[in-house]
Amino acid sequence: MATNYGPVEIAGVVAVIGVLTYACRLSFIALFGRLDEIPPVVERVLRFVPAAVLAALVLPSFVTLDASSFAADKFVAGALAAGVAWRTEDVFATMVTGMGVLWAIRFLL
Amino acid sequence: MDTAAFRRGVRDVAPLLLGIIPFGLVAGIATVNAGLGLPTAVGLSVVVFAGASQLAALELLGQNAPLTVVVATAVVINLRLLMYSASIAPYFREFTGRWKAVLAYVLTDQAYALSVASYRSDRETDRKWYYLGVAVTLWAVWQVTTIAGALLGTGVPDAWGLEFAIPLVFLAILVPAIEDAATGIAAVVGGTVAVVGAGLPLNLGLLVAAGVGITAGVLTESATGGTDGN
Repeated sequence: MATNYGPVEIAGVVAVIGVLTYACRLSFIALFGRLDEIPPVVERVLRFVPAAVLAALVLPSFVTLDASSFAADKFVAGALAAGVAWRTEDVFATMVTGMGVLWAIRFLL
Repeated sequence: MDTAAFRRGVRDVAPLLLGIIPFGLVAGIATVNAGLGLPTAVGLSVVVFAGASQLAALELLGQNAPLTVVVATAVVINLRLLMYSASIAPYFREFTGRWKAVLAYVLTDQAYALSVASYRSDRETDRKWYYLGVAVTLWAVWQVTTIAGALLGTGVPDAWGLEFAIPLVFLAILVPAIEDAATGIAAVVGGTVAVVGAGLPLNLGLLVAAGVGITAGVLTESATGGTDGN
């Protein structure tokens, strides 16, 4: 899982992501007075970014279609953690549940 | 400086640190796992300072994804900051350009949520210093924990599966992002496409999944008559 990219390429990627991320943060704070609100069309799209992106980050870590890399321990731990996340919306409780179940399956069973 | 407001911000953010500390440690450990060192961990945490995008970028770099895919994926994850910027901007309007530049740099999910909740309550508070109490505390804890994680990194056995903590963090943030049926559809479709598209070339799976999920959400909303979430 180690990268083959060199330090210059890595520094460049960090800088570009950093500048674009800062532009998102500063955008409307700096423009207030000239552009007070997100255009409705843009807002209708932006509203779905967190749900779609976060789900796309989460689900492949719990489930894979490829039978050879499917990990039952991660699937069970992920499902139980999802239940806790749903009830508590708490990062710490979700993490403790997910890692606790994963370790229980790996080291105790 | 209004120290009372600053201290109130620090006090309000303290309970949230319980979730930030392990998140920061994982971000530091993930840097080492991607074959990168302490300078990259510090660079990401100081220059980017957005956990979810840092972790996604590290994972893609570790898989040697094309650099454009790494950047595009990280930026898509951070697009939500545009919404926070627009929503908090009216509260910052009287500050100088220089202060706005500083306040924007430390804008995060948590700093936004706590500050706007405080501004909307009846409680009279100094906006700038309350926000800085919350945001600077988060910034400092994030820097310290990612550095600690990067130093700890190689010492953690593989069997512990610490990288599994990353989706768990996202899972806890995902739940409140599902506000109604349309955002629920966006999540279900985005997640499913990501699973199906896990083998897509160039590690495009996440970007494609995000695009399809967002489209599904927009279509659902217009089909159901565009009921407003708020």
